[in-house]
Amino acid sequence: MTTTAEVGASHGHALHHHGHSPVHRLPAHTKIVALLVFVLAVVATPRTTFWPYAAHLVALLAAVRASRVPFPYLAKRLVVEVPFVVFALLMPFIATGPRTAVGPLHLSEAGLWGAWALLAKGTLGVLASLLLAATTEPRDIIAGFERLHLPQPLVQIMSFMIRYLEVVTGELNRMRIARASRGFQARSLRQWPALGATLGALFIRSYERGERVHLAMLSRGYAGRMPTLHVLTATRAQWVLSGILPAVAVTVCAAGMVNA
Amino acid sequence: MTTPVLDVRGLAYAYPDGHQALYGVNLHVHQGERVALLGPNGAGKTTLVLHLNGILTAGAGTVAVSGLSVSKDTLQEIRRRVGIVFQDPDDQLFMPTVHDDVAFGPANLGLRGDALEARVRRALEQVGMADFADRPPHHLSFGQRRRVAVATVLAMEPEILVMDEPSSNLDPASRRELADIVTSLDVTVLMVTHDLPYALELCERSVILADGVIAADGATRDLLGDADLMARNRLELPYGFDPSFVAPRR
Repeated sequence: MTTTAEVGASHGHALHHHGHSPVHRLPAHTKIVALLVFVLAVVATPRTTFWPYAAHLVALLAAVRASRVPFPYLAKRLVVEVPFVVFALLMPFIATGPRTAVGPLHLSEAGLWGAWALLAKGTLGVLASLLLAATTEPRDIIAGFERLHLPQPLVQIMSFMIRYLEVVTGELNRMRIARASRGFQARSLRQWPALGATLGALFIRSYERGERVHLAMLSRGYAGRMPTLHVLTATRAQWVLSGILPAVAVTVCAAGMVNA
Repeated sequence: MTTPVLDVRGLAYAYPDGHQALYGVNLHVHQGERVALLGPNGAGKTTLVLHLNGILTAGAGTVAVSGLSVSKDTLQEIRRRVGIVFQDPDDQLFMPTVHDDVAFGPANLGLRGDALEARVRRALEQVGMADFADRPPHHLSFGQRRRVAVATVLAMEPEILVMDEPSSNLDPASRRELADIVTSLDVTVLMVTHDLPYALELCERSVILADGVIAADGATRDLLGDADLMARNRLELPYGFDPSFVAPRR
């Protein structure tokens, strides 16, 4: 049974970084559990001490190192965090409570602590998620969720999303080209109705495609449940290996709580 | 006379909005035949096809596959016996990899393990796509996806293969490759198509569906050569194509 990326498989997804490191080879469900425990430990770490966060970062960077995914590759994808960074930067200005002087500015103390916690916890969480996405094929992540007994409808929705993302973006792109070929340029607000109509048409098309896919599934004997084709298994050694990072994080978190 | 693989009698159907699509269709297809289902747009071809495996339920009349009539209780077995290849392979291929997609049908029939793997391998070999088992479908060319769509149905070992517009959107080489695959298969075929030369190449017999009834049923060469019949049913041969100049099928 083949569950990991093997010869002949292609790797077209933007987040996945093809490789054969020990981290890549871990079964998906062990990595999902590791990510979940790591993030919970980071979130639970008291924000009033700084060193535990440095320790979390060092441990995570060690895992990145072990995965042989180049750090710039992950760093570029960290931009997904930008909206949260903006919010974090605003917090010291808009939060209430006692104020403190930082250079020429008078900033809210609670806001500063909130911004620090959001930035630190957010960055660690996003980086860890990116590491999972970079070292695991999308279909393996889904198989991992299935193995962890996530409800079937959620697993199916995710699976269909990955399968049809490119079909739908391809359709959207063809509609954009057809619009542009008739001289359309989205320059001002007045042109927004055309964009709205495009999205409406895309919705209808996708809905109709959903119905056709369902017919095709029924025609091949679908009766409400996807057959389980790959059962992921993990050896004790793989669980131990995937457990190193979360174990470190939980220890650091506990130490931080004792010290705080 | 043996039991026909496909036995459609007096089939009539009206859509829930009242539009009547079929007005009493009679059609028999026997084992080993390859039959082309011809007809203009809106003649009811797709509606007829969706009755063959019970997706639509007949308003009047009956459909039987190898003697088993289509009803609520027989749906699972009917859907094994009738394999429909839909027109858009993106509708048919929805699993993360080619292998998983071909395995979907037989797994729904209860196959597991080695038996399932053997089915998948054989079906992919039949369409020449065995090397692509681990690929995601959206990374294949259109012609390759069409072939995989055929494999997803072959894996269920159907008694009749129903293909909806098999040659649409294919480049000439892919179109010919698919024809080679169809002729190499030992299976009964019903092929819905507007591609009349393709029908002549692959199917000895054709039926014309027009306005919800079978308007003609006979040798493909004779039907395509009957200019009046063709014109009455809005069927036209491509420019410069004359069926009488084509060598008989081997």
